[in-house]
Amino acid sequence: MTISLKPNNSSPEKLQPTGWLKYLSFSLDHKVIGLQYLVCGFLFYLIGGSLAGAIRVELISPLSDFMPREVYNQVLTLHGTIMIFLWIVPVVNGAFGNYLIPFYVGARDMAFPRLNAVAFWLIPPSGLMLITSYFINGAAQSGWTAYPPLSITTPAAGQIIWILSVLLLGGSSIFGGINFIATILKLRRPGLKLMQLPMYCWAMLGTSILVVLSTPVLAGTLILLSFDIVAHTGFFNPSLGGNVIVYQHLFWFYSHPAVYIMVLPAFGLVSEILPIHSRKPLFGYTTMVFSIMGIVVLGLVVWAHHMFTSGTPPWMRLFFTIATAFIAVPTGIKFFNWVATLWGGKISLNAAMLFSCGFIINFVLGGITGVALAQVPFDVHVHDTYFVVAHFHYIVYGGSVFVIFSSIYHWFPKFTGKMLNENLGRFHFIITFIGFNLCFAPQHWLGLNGMPRRVAEYDPQFQLINQISSVGALLMALSTLPFLWNILQSTLYGEEAGDNPWNALTPEWLTSSPPPVENWDGEAPLVLEPYGYGKKDSNETQEAIR
Amino acid sequence: MPKLSAILTLTTSLILGIAGVWVAYNVDMLPVSASMNAPVYDELYRVLFIIGLILFIGMTALVIYSLIQFRRRPGESGDGIDLEGNISLEIFWTAVPAIVVLFVGLYSYDIYDRMGGMQPLMHDHSGQMDNQAERVWGGIGSGPIESSSEKNSLSLPIELTAMQFAFIFHYPKGDIISGELHVPVGREVSLKMESKDVIHAFWVPQFRLKQDVIPGQPTILNFTPTKAGNFPIVCAELCGPYHGGMRSNVIVDEQEDFDTWLKENSKESI
Ligand code: HEM
Ligand SMILES: [Cu+2]
Ligand SMILES: [Cu+2]
Repeated sequence: MTISLKPNNSSPEKLQPTGWLKYLSFSLDHKVIGLQYLVCGFLFYLIGGSLAGAIRVELISPLSDFMPREVYNQVLTLHGTIMIFLWIVPVVNGAFGNYLIPFYVGARDMAFPRLNAVAFWLIPPSGLMLITSYFINGAAQSGWTAYPPLSITTPAAGQIIWILSVLLLGGSSIFGGINFIATILKLRRPGLKLMQLPMYCWAMLGTSILVVLSTPVLAGTLILLSFDIVAHTGFFNPSLGGNVIVYQHLFWFYSHPAVYIMVLPAFGLVSEILPIHSRKPLFGYTTMVFSIMGIVVLGLVVWAHHMFTSGTPPWMRLFFTIATAFIAVPTGIKFFNWVATLWGGKISLNAAMLFSCGFIINFVLGGITGVALAQVPFDVHVHDTYFVVAHFHYIVYGGSVFVIFSSIYHWFPKFTGKMLNENLGRFHFIITFIGFNLCFAPQHWLGLNGMPRRVAEYDPQFQLINQISSVGALLMALSTLPFLWNILQSTLYGEEAGDNPWNALTPEWLTSSPPPVENWDGEAPLVLEPYGYGKKDSNETQEAIR
Repeated sequence: MPKLSAILTLTTSLILGIAGVWVAYNVDMLPVSASMNAPVYDELYRVLFIIGLILFIGMTALVIYSLIQFRRRPGESGDGIDLEGNISLEIFWTAVPAIVVLFVGLYSYDIYDRMGGMQPLMHDHSGQMDNQAERVWGGIGSGPIESSSEKNSLSLPIELTAMQFAFIFHYPKGDIISGELHVPVGREVSLKMESKDVIHAFWVPQFRLKQDVIPGQPTILNFTPTKAGNFPIVCAELCGPYHGGMRSNVIVDEQEDFDTWLKENSKESI
């Protein structure tokens, strides 16, 4: 097999089903694959969201009365696993990465189109396998962290299926990561320097480095765990002389960077959206690039902050406190730069902008509680409580999910050639924002006051706050309805968008909407200033690029 | 003009700061503090809360202000100002968070030290330390467990065994076995914890203390209760279906009451 870094324009593989059927085929077109990731991810999001709903219904009353306790733990495990491995990671990386990166580097496809298709097609079967384990013999019930010895002593079938599907999903993301690194570094249009790339490329480069370095560690760990389960080896099994803490170190060596695998691409997407809708250059391009790389480096060395209560020696606690807290510095730079990007702009308050700004506000709160959690004495009290549940949902929902919605509002015209309804979009934002904060803000209090996480029953004194939280979750669930309606309605009858409805300068907008199979009819435009707003009239800049 | 905006920024920051301090001291969001390191924890909590609140309100206000002030008004077209960066500004907002983070880190180190977190762990089996492969890690306030060394003859040794789904306490003195933890007020307790099956965690929210109970690897947690009363012990690590029901109580007694309890329950006379 020869692998060509220059996709061949006339290869017969490009002759593929057309119409909507192409989305159910082994398409090699990066745009098709991107949308496959997006739609598939969204379907899993609906499943993961329903499971979250079930959890919140159980927690309306202090007793375990809505579902059996084993089922609660299965639902909880499935919810966490689906949301991370089948929704956020595939969508912020796979979906937008595949769709946008070739445009941004001026290529006609990804470096390895076939590998790309394989990476996507690993996802639906592993996801289905994970979910069907619930009906076969009961899904895994040891949480998405699968700490031994619990994961060794709970029923094996579900846990093994869980391991298999996470391994496949990990493989998928490694394939994706390799592909992004190769595409960004090797397929750049001649004349385009790294420091002229749109910020999302940098975010994806950083993310892919994390993926390639840390996911194999998770894979190895889970393989050892599966040996412990099926072959009764004793790597992590204390009754056979194994060490349970070693698993935690290995697991978090992947899973802490995984947080950045979920938010760094989101940072990149926001950096694309804010300049366009505030008609200003991205503020501080260079510091933005360095802060991404700073986050990558620091992100790799802070994993043990998840283990402050698991018997780590004091020096380790200190080191990991300081290293963790320092991530606030590069992250802070990005947030100040975004606000500076808004400053003095001509801001359109459309749905994409609102979701991005909602992201900034939510993530700042999630980041603040994160720095607090990095402090050992503080963490010791709230570790494994609802304070942590609140903190990470502010990061993954208030961060990544808000950005995914923002990105859908922003790129939908590119995907389909149709506009989304802005008023419905703003309505969607308002309900989501209120519901989200109502659901997760009170949980900080719950954790501080004594409610542990992953429990189906709790002290009755926490009932009122849990009910408020559940009402928030209901609002969030309802808020998907105007969104789905908007997508459906606009895809079918939406207003024509034209090629470049936002009057943007980034390369994907300088072709037709939706773009042709080869991305550009003629040669790819050479965009050296993707954020050149305000220079002269940006219309002229656009003409000049063409 | 720049003078005016500087004054404005300064006054708003000042107001924000004062408001933050006021909220931190007047809106109490923690359960009662009932151990020696709880007030120390609460101090850290307050500092973090003040800094966090100021940052959060400041950033939110900036975003909302920008959205309103710089919104595109009807009929307006064209671009915003061509502003690509500002080195001194960027250095400023790299340096300030770095200093704040460093301050918070050093401060919480100090808190950690005051809680006893930096004390080296002393092993109880002093004679056979090297051939004993048993790893013992301590939680915050780790220290000796056995009263063999004189300087700690005051601390009360108790052994905790956790299992699905209960905490069992054993008092070497008097050979008492109990499902609840009885401790006297004002005396250091040295809890040696081990699990029979999976990982559990020992958490008393009013003590602001938590430590995992790990199979195959004993851990030690030292604390000094300061308030008589009845506080919940909560298992904080997913340990199976009844994890949510794995709760117990710590009953903090006055010394006489504790002595009576000890006498009534001990198998042998002390
Ligand atoms: C749709 C709105 C959501 C709601 C209402 C929700 C609710 C919840 C609740 C109530 C729990 C935990 C409960 C417990 O500890 O007992 C939980 C856990 C979790 N959620 Fe969500 N969640 C939502 C979205 C998300 C998203 C988007 C992610 C993305 C990564 C996510 C990731 C997780 C994870 C990793 C856990 C921990 C699972 C575990 O402890 O094993 N959630 N969620
Ligand atoms: Cu337990
Ligand atoms: Cu438990």
